Amino acid sequence: MNKHLLSIHDVTAEDIVRILDTAESFREVGTRVIKKVPALRGRTVVNLFYENSTRTRISFELAAKRLSADVINFSTSGSSVSKGESLKDTALTLQAMGADAIVIRHSSSGSPLTLTKWVRGSVLNAGDGTHEHPTQALLDLYTMRERLGRLEELRVAIVGDVLHSRVARSLSFALVKMGAEVTLVGPPTLIPPDAPAWGVQVSYDIGSVLPKLDVCYMLRVQRERQRQQYFPSVREYARLFGLTRDRVGMLPEGSLIMHPGPMNRGVEIESDVADLPQSVIEAQVTNGIAIRMALLYLLLGGAGPHGGEGL
Amino acid sequence: MAGTRLLDEPEIRRATTRIAHEILERNKGADGVVLVGIAARGDDLARRLAVEIERIEGASVPVGVLDITFYRDDIGMRAEAPEVHETRVGFDINGMTVVLVDDVLFTGRTIRAALDALVDFGRPTAIQLAVLVDRGHRELPIRADFVGKNVPTRRDEQVRVALVEVDGEDVVSVEEPPGPKAPGGTGRER
Repeated sequence: MNKHLLSIHDVTAEDIVRILDTAESFREVGTRVIKKVPALRGRTVVNLFYENSTRTRISFELAAKRLSADVINFSTSGSSVSKGESLKDTALTLQAMGADAIVIRHSSSGSPLTLTKWVRGSVLNAGDGTHEHPTQALLDLYTMRERLGRLEELRVAIVGDVLHSRVARSLSFALVKMGAEVTLVGPPTLIPPDAPAWGVQVSYDIGSVLPKLDVCYMLRVQRERQRQQYFPSVREYARLFGLTRDRVGMLPEGSLIMHPGPMNRGVEIESDVADLPQSVIEAQVTNGIAIRMALLYLLLGGAGPHGGEGL
Repeated sequence: MAGTRLLDEPEIRRATTRIAHEILERNKGADGVVLVGIAARGDDLARRLAVEIERIEGASVPVGVLDITFYRDDIGMRAEAPEVHETRVGFDINGMTVVLVDDVLFTGRTIRAALDALVDFGRPTAIQLAVLVDRGHRELPIRADFVGKNVPTRRDEQVRVALVEVDGEDVVSVEEPPGPKAPGGTGRER
């Protein structure tokens, strides 16, 4: 495996299978009375979050703690960053303190890649701008494989604001890599023009897609996009693309409803639809911890470039 | 096959049967006894012991599988993170006598890791150790309660355990150190 996880392009299909299989063992650890193993004792993981994110940060924090690593949470408010420190100086400081891994969330696409130039440890991308969010994609793949038994030839629709969604990009790349059939669904203004080059289908009509799906993946509507006039009104969006009770009825038996959270109930997903048995949104959260444990273990569990005996 | 044969199929069968008898004798029956095999191959041996115990005593004992990877003391010292196997201990070990089962006892580091792993599942009354082969060269104060065969080896030799369940045949052999890695368990500990 690569030393960093910046993008789904950093991992091969075999790597993905290995990550999912390793996560399976960590799922078991999560069911024990003592949910902690000593695998990464003495390693330091820094959560460097330049953008608010409760669930991803907590998930990474819990994952590192369950591996017995030391965790430092560094958020921009109330830190040296609010005093104007640059990403480079922050990185060098963390480097000097001996961080073995840095988990970074940043509003600028590509900042995790830039970070790798300044630090010796592994860098994990926890979401950068509109670029990628690879750990989310991997936990989604894990959830699909767990529930449906396979990824190959799975028919998945990703519905909503694909244009601004790093989740949609990472998930599309990962699913295509694993041989799934992906359809992007949304208003034409919110589908990236280069989508066909990703190896996916595009549709502007959710009704025609639903009856053929194994997984219906809803993206969060970012309300500020309406002010930027990507769509006329939130109500119209909900009517045209929201997952309503009636639309759930069009899904084949046994198909899944997924959402990366946080949800706008009543916008992209009708409130009680999120609580239906075929909705696996909570399982996605639980599996997220196992996937992040697997990634930290695989990236930090070897001597690699960190020292030790070397290669 | 290269290497010197230490145990063949009937000898492995007899050793397993004898260990099953010894476990029952030591614990005065199968009451409160559970078997936990260390992956890979220790779990297959544990299942064989359970079958033997059932045949001898008519009592069924629970069998669990333990993967000790997360408890190793050499994580971060190898180039790659060690591969992880399945752990499945589907019963409560509190107040039970746990018989740990492994194929080869060598440095004792695997068993040290397994003891740490086990106490994360609860507090057993006692933990005993059963191994098919004890090849010596301990680096920790650990000994086995039940041994299939004691085999004097050189430190750099490789003891290979093949079991029908994974390798298609039952045989224990000792091989010269170098050359490409043969399939089969060699005693993970190095």
